[in-house]
Amino acid sequence: MSALTFHYDVDGQDFSSAGEASVAVKKKLRQMGFPPDVIRRCSIAMYEGEINMVIHANGGTADVQVEPDKITIILEDHGPGIPDVELAMKEGYSTSTEEIRTMGFGAGMGLPNMKRYTESLEIETEVGVGTKLTMVVKV
Amino acid sequence: MASFQHSVSLDAHKCIGCTSCLRQCPTEAIRIRDGRAVINSSLCIDCGRCVRVCKHKAKRAVFDRISEIDPKYKWRIALPAPALYGQFEGLSEVGDLLQALLDLGFDDVYEVARSAEIISECTRRYMRKPDILKPVISSACPAIVRLIRLRFPELCDHVLPILPPVEYASRAAKQEALQQHPELKPEEICTVFISPCPAKTSYAKNGLSQTKSTIDYVVSMTDVYRRLSGKFGKGKNSAMKSKAGIAGVKWATSGGEAEGLYSDRYLAADDMDNAIQVLDAIENGKLPALEFVELNACPGGCVGGAATVENPYIAKTRLLSFKHKLPNYRNYLKVENKEPDFIPDDALVDNPLLDYVPPERLSDDRLEAMRMMAEIEEIYELLPQIDCGSCGAPTCRTFAEDVVKGECRMEDCVVLLKKKLQEGQL
Ligand code: SF4
Ligand code: SF4
Ligand code: SF4
Repeated sequence: MSALTFHYDVDGQDFSSAGEASVAVKKKLRQMGFPPDVIRRCSIAMYEGEINMVIHANGGTADVQVEPDKITIILEDHGPGIPDVELAMKEGYSTSTEEIRTMGFGAGMGLPNMKRYTESLEIETEVGVGTKLTMVVKV
Repeated sequence: MASFQHSVSLDAHKCIGCTSCLRQCPTEAIRIRDGRAVINSSLCIDCGRCVRVCKHKAKRAVFDRISEIDPKYKWRIALPAPALYGQFEGLSEVGDLLQALLDLGFDDVYEVARSAEIISECTRRYMRKPDILKPVISSACPAIVRLIRLRFPELCDHVLPILPPVEYASRAAKQEALQQHPELKPEEICTVFISPCPAKTSYAKNGLSQTKSTIDYVVSMTDVYRRLSGKFGKGKNSAMKSKAGIAGVKWATSGGEAEGLYSDRYLAADDMDNAIQVLDAIENGKLPALEFVELNACPGGCVGGAATVENPYIAKTRLLSFKHKLPNYRNYLKVENKEPDFIPDDALVDNPLLDYVPPERLSDDRLEAMRMMAEIEEIYELLPQIDCGSCGAPTCRTFAEDVVKGECRMEDCVVLLKKKLQEGQL
C-alpha cells in the first residue's frame, strides 16, 4: 500500500491558526486507529514545526505521509535558514524576539522537542534559502 | 460503552430539520436524516449545547420528576447544586432557599457546595503528591471528562482521580441521615440532585469509569425554579441556615474550583470551544508550567448549564453577593493521618479512572481504516468545501466520511447535484 499523504499550508501571518494542521492530523490518526502515544508524538513534533515556521519563516508547508508502520512529517519553508544547526539543537536556544516569547512561543524547545519525540530528524537548511525538516515517527 | 445511557434526546415530532444544532455539536454527533436530526450516541457527550440552540424545543434533556420519586423512600434528601443559589431574584439568604426545598416535600437538604469544599481540600492534598502528571485536569464536569475519553486518550491519566462534589455529597448525605435517624434503613433513603445540566444526569446513570454513582434521582434546575420562583424577597429569614462557605458556592462559576487550590499556576476555561483548544494545547505540550486546569463545558461554568434559567452572568453576580453573608470555608476533612498528601479512600474514584473509547475509529483493522481514509480524502476533494449543511452533515469533511461509511450517497450533496444539472451531466 502506498503512503497516504496529507498536505497543509501553514499561514505565516496568523499566530492564532498555528497548530491547526497538527490538530487536523491528530484527528485523522485517531480515525485510523494509531496508538495514542504515536498520535501524541506526531502532534507535538508537528505543532513545534508549525510554530517554528510561523515565527521564523513566514509560513511554509507540512506534508504528512502515513504508512502502517511509520509516519513521516516533512516541513518545508523558504525562511532565513538555520545558520548553526548544532546550536539550534541545544535546549533553551532561541532566536525569537522577546515579544513572541511573551506570547508563550519560541522558548527554544522547537528542534530539541522535535528530536525527542521522533525516531529520526533530518535537517536540510541553507541560509537565505530555507529549511526542510524530515521527521519519522515509528509505530 | 455500548450501554452508555444518554440524557439528551430528540423529539422527532418537533424537529423540523432546521440544521441549527448541526454545527454546534462539539463532537459532530448530529446528522439530519430524512428531514430530522439524529444523534450518534457513541459520540454524544451530553453537553446540552444542542438543547440550548434548538428553538423548536426538539432537543430535550431527560430528567426525573419530583413527583416520580418512589414512595418506598421514606427519607428524601435534596442535593442542590450551587448554581441554584444564583437563579432567584430577591433571594437574600441561602437558608430561605433551603427552607423552600423542605417546603416542597424534601425531608432534608444537603448542599453540594459543602462537599465542594471537601473536594478542594482533597485536591490540594493530591497536588502535593510527587509522581502525578501535570497539569491535573478537573473531573467535575462530566461532559469534559467524556470528551477526554473520546478524543484525548493521552490526557486520560491527567484527570483528577477524586470524586466530583455531587457524588461525595450524595454519599455523605446518606451517611449523615443514617446517623441522625437510626430508625431508617439504607434502602429507605434517596438523594435527589437538583442539576444544572444533562451531563450530570448521564453521570448519575453511568458513573465515572468504574465508580458507580449513589445518586438516585436527578431533577432539572428549571423544574425546581418553576416551583419556587417568586417565593423570595419578602424578608422571610427562615430558621434554616446554609452550611457551606462561599468557596464551595463559587464552584458554580468558572474558576471557582481552581481558586480553591491556592495556586497561581492554574487555568480555568469555560465553553466547549475554549475547553477543546486548551486540551489540544496540553496534548501538544504547550502548557507545561501549569499545575491545574479547570474546564467547564458551559459558558460561565455550571451557571450556564442547559437546565439553568437565569443568564449565567446575572447568576454569577448573585452568587458572589452571598460572600458578605457566608464565611470562606465551613467544611473540613476529618483525617487522623498526618501525611500532607493523604486522601481518604471515600473521596477517591476507583481505578483505572478513565479508559479510552475510540468511537471515531473508521475500522479496527488499520489497513482498512487507511484505505477508507484515502477514499475520504478523494471524495473530499470533489466536494464544494463550503460546509453548507444541506446534506445533513455538519461539514463537507464529515459528509465525505459518511459516504465512505455507507451512511449516505454522493447525490445527497445538493450543491454538487445542482452543478451537475447545470452542466447538463444529468
Ligand atoms: S435545531 Fe436541530 S433538533 Fe432543533 S429543530 Fe433544528 S434540526 Fe431539529
Ligand atoms: S448534547 Fe452535545 S454532544 Fe450531544 S448531540 Fe447535543 S451538542 Fe452534540
Ligand atoms: S459545566 Fe457544569 S453545567 Fe455545564 S455540562 Fe459541565 S457540569 Fe454540567
